[in-house]
Amino acid sequence: MSPRRRHLRWLIPVGALPVLLLLGYGFRTDPREIPSPLLGKPAAPFTLKTFDGDQVSLEALRGRVVVVNFWASWCFPACYEEAPALARAWEAYKDRGVTMIGVNIQDKEEPARKFLARFGHTFPNAPDPVGRVSVDYGVYGVPETFFIDRAGRVRGKKVGAVTDELFRREVEPLLSEKG
Amino acid sequence: MSRRVGAALVLVSSLALVAAAPVSEDTVRDIAAQLRCVVCQSLSVADSPSETAHQMREIIRERLAGGETPAQVTAYFVEKYGLWILLSPPKAGFSILVWIVPFAGLLAGLVVVALVVRRWSRRPPPAVAVAPPTDEAMRARIRRELAQTDHD
Repeated sequence: MSPRRRHLRWLIPVGALPVLLLLGYGFRTDPREIPSPLLGKPAAPFTLKTFDGDQVSLEALRGRVVVVNFWASWCFPACYEEAPALARAWEAYKDRGVTMIGVNIQDKEEPARKFLARFGHTFPNAPDPVGRVSVDYGVYGVPETFFIDRAGRVRGKKVGAVTDELFRREVEPLLSEKG
Repeated sequence: MSRRVGAALVLVSSLALVAAAPVSEDTVRDIAAQLRCVVCQSLSVADSPSETAHQMREIIRERLAGGETPAQVTAYFVEKYGLWILLSPPKAGFSILVWIVPFAGLLAGLVVVALVVRRWSRRPPPAVAVAPPTDEAMRARIRRELAQTDHD
């Protein structure tokens, strides 16, 4: 082997290194986990008619911390897992400046109402009949939960079931901010 | 009289149709084909039979009817879902690497192959083989075996 070729031998591992790094990075990330481009942006306004027949509008809630939860009765088990946590969170925070809104997507009225009754959800819940609100929030599956600050900006997003701990961690800092 | 009413009805209903459907389904399809169906990641919104994709096509139709251009409709989905929603990443910014790197790699490979082939073809031909010395007995044996081969 000539000295020149021996000199070039290190090029092979060095050339392979970036490829290995790229593959390493690519295989370690979850292709299903997509960052939301909405964080920090103003939350899209919406007005929906709840199952109880009231109007619920995000605009009207400026100054409160708003938690918007997208769910469906067919979303098993994740929506069923988080439902008790949502009920507890509502009881704990409704008098502390937090409003929770459930948005029921791609569902039928009957099973959706059954779901609400089963978990005793008393916070406003409304169907999103044409999916307009879902697309406005970049929802790609249920459950997804958005945490909106007093100024109406999206500050947190959780894909998958919400827990008591996560709810507290997301909401407490927003509550301590001035409106 | 009834004929006149009929004609008026036809006129009114056709006017209503024109007013209600100014959106070309081809345009809706074109836009939907560029968007990734969010619940079935490897299909486009145009091809997916899912409820979500159906709703997204409806939203595309609605926004076009509202006077938005196809580019604006696509931009709306990108704003909500990120560049991820586009089935082909845009040829700009960081995503341009996706378009460049495979071709750059192919080119680099071809260059390496060309260099190696050139080196091989330039290698000096091996020295002419010198026949090992043979004695008379060996030559006799070779002749014998060759003759036998001819007979076969």
